[in-house]
Amino acid sequence: MSLSIRRPGLLTTVQDLGRHGYQKDGILVSGAMDATALRVANLLVGNEEHAAGLEISLMGPGVRFETDHLIALTGANLSPTLNGQPVGLHRPVWVSAGTELAFGAPVAGSRAYLAVAGGFALAPVLGSQATYLRAGFGGLHGRALQARDLIPGAAPTALGRKLMQLLASNESGTAWQSARWMPEPALRPSPPASPVIRAIRGPEYGQFSTQSQLDFWQQPFSVTTEADRMGYRLQGPDLIRQTTAEMLSTAVTFGTVQVPASGQPIALMADHQTTGGYPRLAQVITVDFSTLAQLRPGQSIQFKEVSLAEAQALYLAQERRLRALKRAIEFKML
Amino acid sequence: MSTAPKLPPAPVVRLFPLGDAAIVLEFGDAISPATHRAIQAFSAYLAQHPFTGLREYVPAFTTLTVYYDPWLLSEDGRYQPYEKVEEILRQMLPKAAATAQAATYPAVEIPVCYGGVFGLDLALVAAHTGLSPAEVIARHSAPEYLVHMIGFAPGFPYLGGMDERLSTPRKAQPRPLVPAGAVGIAGPQTGIYSLPTPGGWQLIGRTPIRLFDPEWAQPSLLQAGQHLRFVPIEETEFHRLQQHEP
Repeated sequence: MSLSIRRPGLLTTVQDLGRHGYQKDGILVSGAMDATALRVANLLVGNEEHAAGLEISLMGPGVRFETDHLIALTGANLSPTLNGQPVGLHRPVWVSAGTELAFGAPVAGSRAYLAVAGGFALAPVLGSQATYLRAGFGGLHGRALQARDLIPGAAPTALGRKLMQLLASNESGTAWQSARWMPEPALRPSPPASPVIRAIRGPEYGQFSTQSQLDFWQQPFSVTTEADRMGYRLQGPDLIRQTTAEMLSTAVTFGTVQVPASGQPIALMADHQTTGGYPRLAQVITVDFSTLAQLRPGQSIQFKEVSLAEAQALYLAQERRLRALKRAIEFKML
Repeated sequence: MSTAPKLPPAPVVRLFPLGDAAIVLEFGDAISPATHRAIQAFSAYLAQHPFTGLREYVPAFTTLTVYYDPWLLSEDGRYQPYEKVEEILRQMLPKAAATAQAATYPAVEIPVCYGGVFGLDLALVAAHTGLSPAEVIARHSAPEYLVHMIGFAPGFPYLGGMDERLSTPRKAQPRPLVPAGAVGIAGPQTGIYSLPTPGGWQLIGRTPIRLFDPEWAQPSLLQAGQHLRFVPIEETEFHRLQQHEP
């Protein structure tokens, strides 16, 4: 069981749900930018939700499956094909040995996820297979994938094997076979044309001028070209802090909107530093990390204030949907 | 009639959210030994008494940020996660304060080869401070430093206790690449680069000791709450120690 990389794509890395427990040692969480998309991809192939998959950015790689595999693609629509034929997102797909996965034009969103049943047989570092590019560990040799890399697959779960047998047994003689069912629409969102990013007030919100507070919620911000796995620099009205008091470094996290002296905010993403010294104006809510992760440079976004209670109610509703999907897939296989 | 032993008064701690999956405990608004000890005590208590849904915690100068899993805290949707985690942590505060112990770590010795190719900015720091290079080295290696927190990069210590005379502004133009082990000064702070990164600190020396290794069970050599001293070494000693590093 393995995948060979024919072409690396723009930035293809092995990511799981991150390396937790070591932020106190200064070690980033890393992991998938769009964690929900990776979780859904894993569920579709019978994996544990936290298994590692490939995070594929804008221009996808060429991948050859060296043995039969059960796979699922989620997240951005980067025009994926199998042996040159278009393949749908958000469903389990059986691929026979020798099948080639490729990508075309990025249609919507910026990050796609590929899960394979069983995940990858890569040694975890500090409990995670997530690639930490800056420190050079995790994933495959701590780096982005390159041409001629071979990623060893691990044994699928019993559920993954059942799903695979079901799809492989279709006697159509084709090299690959896709399931006809998909998760409910809320778990396979299309990146919106006018993204609204919901956030709650950050710890230093009160230090900003009333005008800047209003501007933040009412004016559009655009994603600049300085946007990567660490964070997005945004451009919009200058956000003015009304105190010159020195900030002491403290924890920052995924979705923290911090404002350096320039007045132009930065939204922190999966490879965020563990601590920072800029005032934290707002904090994007967890259920909107997917929308944030799928943005592209140049896109315009609108922030919208919600309460903490609302953010957590949305969080719990999303967890219920993921649990329902897991049960539904298990039920199909009974 | 017996009376239960009285707990010492809990420190005044402010709790507030950092988004929907983290809560901040603020133990003070300025760097102080008492605030530092309270954070250390609470970190130690949390490590020994993790609650269901605790993901991890990050100590800093005046805060401890606790990351939690809202789903687990909600107990299948029955509780509002933030209210639940706040209640759990509030109950822990007096207990953690009562079990606080003075740190008993011996100071970690960090050998540093000062100046030369390892400390390209030593002359600049000397000129800025009006001290001789030898005095800069003597003053830098004299105090016992406190590790306030680890952040910025894996294993990177924020140190307290530098001689104020050594205070030197950062470089106007950061270097594109500072090697791991570089010891630098930025304003009133001193620190050690743990990974090769771009950086604007004034470099006065380098240590051959590794601060970070993902293969170690505890990946950061230093931990918040520890003390350290810089021990000046010669270049031959630097190379000898470097060979012994994995």
